[in-house]
Amino acid sequence: MADARILFLGRLAEIAGGRERALPLGGPASLGEIVEALGRGDPELAAALAAPSVRVAVNQQIQRGREGRAGPGDEIAFLPPVSGG
Amino acid sequence: MIRVSPTPFDPQAETAAFAAGHTEAGALASFVGVCRSETGAVTALHLDHYPGFTESEIARIDAEARARFALIDTLVIHRCGMVRPGEPIVLAATLAAHRKPALQAVDFLMDYLKTGAPFWKREIGPDGERWIEPRADDYEAREQWKEK
Repeated sequence: MADARILFLGRLAEIAGGRERALPLGGPASLGEIVEALGRGDPELAAALAAPSVRVAVNQQIQRGREGRAGPGDEIAFLPPVSGG
Repeated sequence: MIRVSPTPFDPQAETAAFAAGHTEAGALASFVGVCRSETGAVTALHLDHYPGFTESEIARIDAEARARFALIDTLVIHRCGMVRPGEPIVLAATLAAHRKPALQAVDFLMDYLKTGAPFWKREIGPDGERWIEPRADDYEAREQWKEK
């Protein structure tokens, strides 16, 4: 099993208790499965990651909803609504 | 040029350097967004970003502005990290042959950065901290450009 690198941006880092986490993956998985694995035993994080306003990027590419897939060695970032300027 | 800066920057010096040598430009427009604190309510603003991704998303917004308006050049500098009241957060500057595209492109850049630049703002004050997300009118400001 190799790890995927998980990034929690903005307020998600507070909810997850850290900005970065390694997630062991046996092979490619759907984003739905990855979200489920991350939220296991942590209902607050599970609810936060399920919010439609939270976007997911795999290797810095924004995915449509939770449709994409990712595997070991990938970087998966969870992005709450942004505010620049 | 696009830059995400972890340290304070001087908007006047940056704008002057940006405009230097462009004798073909008849218009230089710029906007500086500053960290404000009403009656000491904010002691600092922390801007989280996603290195690499943040720069490429700003570049997309910048490319859109260049495609829409007749511009000679653009400059966007955005702070990340801890920003104190009075410090600039963002500088958007444009050079064009004429006034209208220069001014409109600055307005466009700011409307798009507000809702599209990947930063996450946390306001730190004497009473604690809170996350800032775009307001409804920020999204409306962005929408107005779609009809034009």
